[in-house]
Parts: sequence; C-alpha cells; structure tokens
Amino acid sequence: MTLSASVVRRAITASAVTAAITLSPILTAIAQAIPVNGAGATFPALLYEKYIAEFKKKNPDITVNYQAIGSGGGIRQLIAGVVDFGGSDAAMTDEEMNKVSRGVILVPTAGGAVTPVYNLPGVANLKLSRQVLPEIFAGRITKWNDPKIAQDNPGVNLPDSPIKSVVRADGSGTTFIFTNHLSSISPYFKGRVGVGTAPRWTTNPLKGRGNPGVAALVQKTPGSVGYVEYSYAKKNNLAIAAVQNKKNEYLTPSIENTNKALSVINFPANFRVFEGDPSDGYPITGLTWMMVYKKYDDPQKADAVKKWVQYVLTEGQEVNASLDFTRIPADTANRALQQVQSEVK
Amino acid sequence: MTLFDRQLTKPLPLGRTLFSYGMNAIAALSTALALLALLSILFEIFRQGLPGLKWEVFTSLPAPAGETGVPSGFGNAIQGTVLMVAIAALLSVPFGILTAIYLSEVGKTSATATIVRFVMSILSAVPSIVVGVFAYAVIVLATLFNYKGFSALAGAFALAVIMLPIVVLSTEEALKLVPQQQRFASAALGANSIQTTFKVVLASALPSITTGVLLAIARVSGETAPLLFTALFSQSWIENILNPTPSLSVMIYNYSGSPFPEQIQLAWTASVVLLGMVLLTNLLSRLITRKR
Amino acid sequence: MNSSKAQSEVLKSESIVGGDTAWLDLSFAWFLQIIALAAIALLFWMGSVIFKQAFPAINTFGAAFLTSQDWDVNQLQFGALTYLYGTVVSSAIALLFAVPIGIFVAIVTSEKLLPAWVRSPLGFLVELIASIPSVIVGLWGIFVLIPILKPIQLWLHNQFGWIPLFSTETFGPSMLVAGVILAIMILPTIAAISRDVMASFPSDLRTASMSLGATRWEMICTVLLPASLSGIAGAVILGLGRALGETMAVTMVIGNSDLISASLLDSGNTIPAILANQFPEALDELHIGALMYLSLILFALTLAVNVLAMFIVKIFGFKHQ
Repeated sequence: MTLSASVVRRAITASAVTAAITLSPILTAIAQAIPVNGAGATFPALLYEKYIAEFKKKNPDITVNYQAIGSGGGIRQLIAGVVDFGGSDAAMTDEEMNKVSRGVILVPTAGGAVTPVYNLPGVANLKLSRQVLPEIFAGRITKWNDPKIAQDNPGVNLPDSPIKSVVRADGSGTTFIFTNHLSSISPYFKGRVGVGTAPRWTTNPLKGRGNPGVAALVQKTPGSVGYVEYSYAKKNNLAIAAVQNKKNEYLTPSIENTNKALSVINFPANFRVFEGDPSDGYPITGLTWMMVYKKYDDPQKADAVKKWVQYVLTEGQEVNASLDFTRIPADTANRALQQVQSEVK
Repeated sequence: MTLFDRQLTKPLPLGRTLFSYGMNAIAALSTALALLALLSILFEIFRQGLPGLKWEVFTSLPAPAGETGVPSGFGNAIQGTVLMVAIAALLSVPFGILTAIYLSEVGKTSATATIVRFVMSILSAVPSIVVGVFAYAVIVLATLFNYKGFSALAGAFALAVIMLPIVVLSTEEALKLVPQQQRFASAALGANSIQTTFKVVLASALPSITTGVLLAIARVSGETAPLLFTALFSQSWIENILNPTPSLSVMIYNYSGSPFPEQIQLAWTASVVLLGMVLLTNLLSRLITRKR
Repeated sequence: MNSSKAQSEVLKSESIVGGDTAWLDLSFAWFLQIIALAAIALLFWMGSVIFKQAFPAINTFGAAFLTSQDWDVNQLQFGALTYLYGTVVSSAIALLFAVPIGIFVAIVTSEKLLPAWVRSPLGFLVELIASIPSVIVGLWGIFVLIPILKPIQLWLHNQFGWIPLFSTETFGPSMLVAGVILAIMILPTIAAISRDVMASFPSDLRTASMSLGATRWEMICTVLLPASLSGIAGAVILGLGRALGETMAVTMVIGNSDLISASLLDSGNTIPAILANQFPEALDELHIGALMYLSLILFALTLAVNVLAMFIVKIFGFKHQ
C-alpha cells in the first residue's frame, strides 16, 4: 500500500513537471505581445487569415486572432464587448450600432461575390436565370429536370431527382448578401423567405456551419445546391452555376465582374451599403466589414487596433486579389482609415 | 435398450436446440456489431490520421485554409487542451476531494450529505452544452482581471464543473474503502481529525483517488461542447490564459466540416493525438488501481 | 458487511472528536460542510443563471413554446417542438438499436458462453467506446458512417417508400444516422451496467435452473433476465439520459434542418445542436431567452430521466444482492 502510494506521488510529481514543461512557453511569454481578438463572418476568413500572417511578420509585438463564427456571431460578440473587433458582411443596423455604448466604426475591407454551387455529376456549366434561382431557394422549383431549368440549359441532361438546398446553420452575412439579391429580383422569394442573416427557409434545407460547412455539404451531397463566397467554391473545385445580371448576361464571378458591380455603388458616410441588384457586373456581390470600437480601455490596445486597420486598408488590400476578393476603392479606404485614426481611442 | 436409458440419452427437442443455436447466433451477431463499430472507429482514425502524424504537427500552428506546402499543425491546440484541463483539475480536484471528505468522514448518512450526493449525480448528468452556456454567462460576460471575453479560464471553468461530480463521487468511494480501524488507530494515537484525514485516510486512499481524478481528466480532455463558446479557438500560440484559446477537440469539430482536404487531414491527425492522450490517461488510471 | 455497519454506528455516536484540539476538529468539520454546501450551491447557481436568461422567453411564450414549431429569428417567434421532436426521436432510435445489442453484449460478457479469457477483454473493448471523445465519433460519422448508411437508406426508401418512416429520399445526413451514432455512444453505458447487474445475480440460482434441465439460454431468458429487469431498465434510462444531452456527434451528422418529418431518412435538428449553432450569435434578448429556455427544457428532461433511473435502481435494483 505505502509503496503504491509513493509510486503515485512520484507519478503526480512527474506529470506536474511534464505539464510545466509543456506550458512553459505560456509562462515565459505572458504579456509579451498585445492580443487583438476578433470574431465574425466566415466570408472573408480566408483573407483575414492571410492578413494576420502577413501582419504578424511586420508587427511581432501584436497578435491578431480572428475566429470565423459567422456574421451574426460577430455582431453579437461585439455588442457583448467580448472581442476587440467584429467581422460581418451584413452591415450593422442602426439599432445594433446603438447597442454598442463604446461606439463603433464600420471599416469596409473587401468586396466579394457569392456564388451558387451545385453537385450534379455529369452536369457542368449550369445556368440559372433570374427567375429560376429564387424559385429554387423558395421551394417552387423542386426537381432538377424542371422545364424552367431545362429552358436555360439546352442540351444538358438534367436528372429527374429532387433538388436539395444547402444553407447556413449560423447567422450569416453571406446569406444576407444572397437573400438580399434574391429578394431584389423576385417578389415571390421576398414574400416566402425575405432578407436576413438567418431567414426562415421553406425548403427544409440541409444546414452547414459557416461557408466551409456549406461547401463541404454540397461537395458530399449529389443533387444539392448551395451558395458560398467565391473563393470557397474556387479553392474546392465546386461546380459553379452562372447567374443572370440586370443586363441579362450570364456570369460567373471574377474580379472584373465583381469590381464592375461595386463600381456602381456609392459609399455613404457610414460606409453602409445594401445594394441587392447592381446595374452591371456580377449581381450577387457584397462587401465585408470589420467593426472596431471607438473606445478601448487600454491605449496600447487602441494603437494596436489602429495599426491593424491601417495594414488592412493599405498593404492588405494588395493581398485581396490573390484570394479573388476585390479591393475597396482607394478614396473610400482612405476615408475609413482617417476616421479610424482620428476617432479610435 | 430400456425405455429409461433412451430417455436419459434423448437429445433435446429440435425446438429447444434451435432456440439455443438461434440465441447464440444473435448474441454473437450483436457482440460482433458492437465490436465492429469500435474497431471501425479506431481503424479509420489510425488509417486516416497516422500518415499525417509528423513531428511538425506538434511544433507548428494551423496553416491558413487552402495553403498547402507550408508546415501545418496543432501545437497550440495541444497546449490549449493541456492548459485548460490542468486549470480545470486545479479548480475541481481540491474542491471535489474536500467535498468527498465531507461525505465520507463528516456528513455520512446525514440529510445534507444525502443531498450533496444527489446534487452531484444530477450535476454529472447535466448535458455538457448546458454547462458551456452557463460558463459563457458567468465567465465570458464578466470582467475578470480587467479582461472580458473568451478565455482559457472560461473553458477551464466549464470543464471543472463537469469534472467536479466525477471527482467527488469516485473519491468518496475510495475513502469508504479505507478500513475504519485505521481511523480509530490514528485517533487512538492522539491525532486530531485533520491529521487523521490527511495523513492516514487520504494517504491510503491516494491511489484510488488518483484513478478517479485521472478518469475525470480523460473524460473532459475530449469535451467539445463546453469549449465552443467559452474558449473559442485561436490560430496562434497561447500567451495568456485570458485570451481565446485553441483546443484539440474544437479544432477537430471546426475542421471536420471543412471542404479543404488538408484541414480534414489535420482533423484526423488531431483525433489520433487526442484519442492517444485520452486512452493513455485511461490506461494509467487502470494501472494504478491494479497495483493495489 | 455487518461488522463495518456496526463500526460506522459507533463512529457516528462517538465520532473522532475530542481532547484539547476539539475546536480544531469542529472547525474542520464546519469548513468541510461549507465546501459541501458550496457544491450544492453550484447546481442552484447554474439553474438560476439559466432561468434568469430564459425568463424573457418564458414570459413571452409560456407553455405554448413546447408545442409551437415556429423558429423565426427575424420575426422573433420561437417554439421548441422541432428540436424537442428531433431530440426525442433520435434518442428513441438510439435505444431501439442499443438496448437489444447492449443486453446481448452484457449476457455474452457475464454468462459462461465464452471462456473467461475472451469475456473480460470483450467487456473492456466495449467499454472503451465510452472513452472515445464524441467529436471523434462525429468525425467518423461524417466520413465513414454516412457513406456506409447511404446505400442502405436508399434501399430502404426504394423498397419501403410507402411506409411514412422511409418516405423521403435521403441525402446522407439524417435522423437515422444520428440515431445510429447515438446508439454506438450509449451502448457501453447499457452494456456495462447491465453486465454488473447480471454478474451480481447469485450463481446458485443459475445452477439450480440448469440442473432442472434448462439450457443456458432458457435459464437466461426465464430466470436471469426477469430477475435483472429493473437493473437493466435503470441502465437503459441512464443511456437515454446520455443520448438526450449529446451534442457534438449528433450536430455533425443530423443535417441541422428545422423539420418535423415522419421520415427517418430526413434530416432534423436537436436541442443541443441548435444551441451549439445559434448560441454564439443570438443577439436579441428574446432569441437568447428562447435558447436558454431550450437549455432549461433539456436540463429538466435529463434531470427527470436520471432521477427516474436512480429511483428504479434504488427501489427495485440489485434486489438479489
């Protein structure tokens, strides 16, 4: 008995030592770098991860951390005050902004396209017209060989199988951009589903968490159709459906198409835009924002946040194109940067 | 051959024989199914995860999604899991052992002790996601040490709540096994109750208490739900316990729903590491009691 | 057994308190009591925190929350039925699979059908399932179980599509898959407790039954199982409790569709799954309240189930010991 007790005691000591060694980097590194914690949209997550890696190289004394939990989550956690900045691609509403007692500035960081993706073995280059796309997601068109789909896709062998829609399980700015467009072009969709980060779908869709979750579900589910931010579709080789813009051209996303759409948008003073159907370019286009507080308890943190925003709006913009995001027009970026520099404290 | 002989050697009626065979077959099939599930899980994890198990996964950070050819790993997630489980143990083990001492040495069959036991068994049945919600409300939303937000501390608190009932109930069992004579002997030699409890009772129950603690540690190391919105996750090394903190389990969850093959690969490899940690702890706990 | 009982009686009456250091002993006892009360307080603290946040929703929706299947974040209309249904049905499917298999595994590991050197590792292996973290089981579910079950689900639909249970075409994730995953996860609970119950059954009674001419299986079915019934029932209910509260593995394979469908091949949603998905982003007081209300329901459900299990085991269980 005593022997085994001493064995145990030794084991405990040994494991304590092991734990101490494992954790020693933490103990030594405490308070060396200023953490800047963010959370929110998954739409720009691929881009932000890249920003963070580049930013860290130039500013080793600041550690930026961004967790893709969805735009809804970004707004909630910003209001709760548990992050240093939020990310969202549905611009915060006035009501939401009023809830932030520390004040909030919306910083547009990139523009991107949302694209319908589908999984139909053997079917490439599917076209979905302005009439068809909303009706699929509102549940009026339920079979792949529906005459309305066939009409736009002559010569394509469409299967006689049900359409399974895939949407987001979390509140999502991507969903906002997508439903904003569908509602702008289809009164039927607007009445059945409407615009929102988490609307009430009527098609009993499968739901995935974040853009990656939707992309993965579409990838695994033959007969499905979903919508994701373009770089998730491109990087995973998902089949992209061409959609029709206001000029009735069939387009797939590209930087030029997205830029063309964004160029017809005017940025108001608070940088919020809700354009659902641009007159030119790729029609399902949206912006993504970083929300920063006007007041930080710690002046060091305020400085770190400013440096971070400055990086994103200047050097960071050069990275955008490599991930198929558009740049924020230079004058708009400047205006946002000036506001952050002067108002964030 | 007499009638009597024939009766003695008469085989079982066909129906009863078939029943036996049938039940044997069903039992074998059921057991095989159960084992098949287990073996399939273990086999797939090792088949998919082992090829990715290189040294760099322990020393690198997760690479940005979609970037291949750069070293990618989950050293920070291992750090986070160890850190949070350690803090959770630090919070719940002393508290749990003292509660167990109360149950076995002071309260015994009193009403209070019965209620404590009942509450502990209820606590052990609370779904872990509910514990996570609770920890979000009391730690994440509170300002502690000038910090408000997701942190290792919040995650560890949630894990500690889950550990507590396991520690209390197993420690009480361990203390009950200590023969009463030892307590009497100690008291007869003039020890007060504190000396008796710590130098005699706890000392001789130490191996089985350790077993219980290790089992509790193994159990919470794999918990995901309570960490989702308490510790959140982080792409960087841990520098401070008051910061969002990565963990193996949350990483597996995040990457399991990813469309990127290299992230899915990382999830499998992380599963090998997490499962290895959990099974090792389990094994260790069994070894300690076996020695006794 | 008896003598230790007598000793504890002695201990209770005279205790180990006495001498010059009596005050020390007493304050130690008080200190421990305070710690123990704090442990009780923890549960109440948790309950009250959740109740407080759930209150706006309880106030607004009342009991109708349980019967409404409306869950509309935009309109702030909330009802629990879809999630309650998914939670209960997926757990019921789990029991359907896990109870018979678990009982057979318990019989195989406790009765002398196999040599001892096979039985004890067998029991160990089945219990090993319990130690696999649920997120890992979920990962396996996504990449192994769903592809394996997909042709089976398609076959069920093609052959038995006229039965409402199989009336829809599957896309992979479904209530059935979630049920199977849960069955695997609660199997060790049911098997292990049932085995303990059966192992505590006196072997004289087994021998007696078999010496009267019963085959081993007749003995099991007519003597062992009826006598162990309450213990097994307790095990099953404990398994149910675990199934109801399981989050990760289910979230990963159920498809997260807000849908009440008679078809088991349809995707669905459960209370823990919606909590994991929506809690981090719920903004409105009423939305948070509705989610907390759901936690409260889940809390109450698992509480009731576990108290029931404890009750059954305490009152009827282990009678033959």
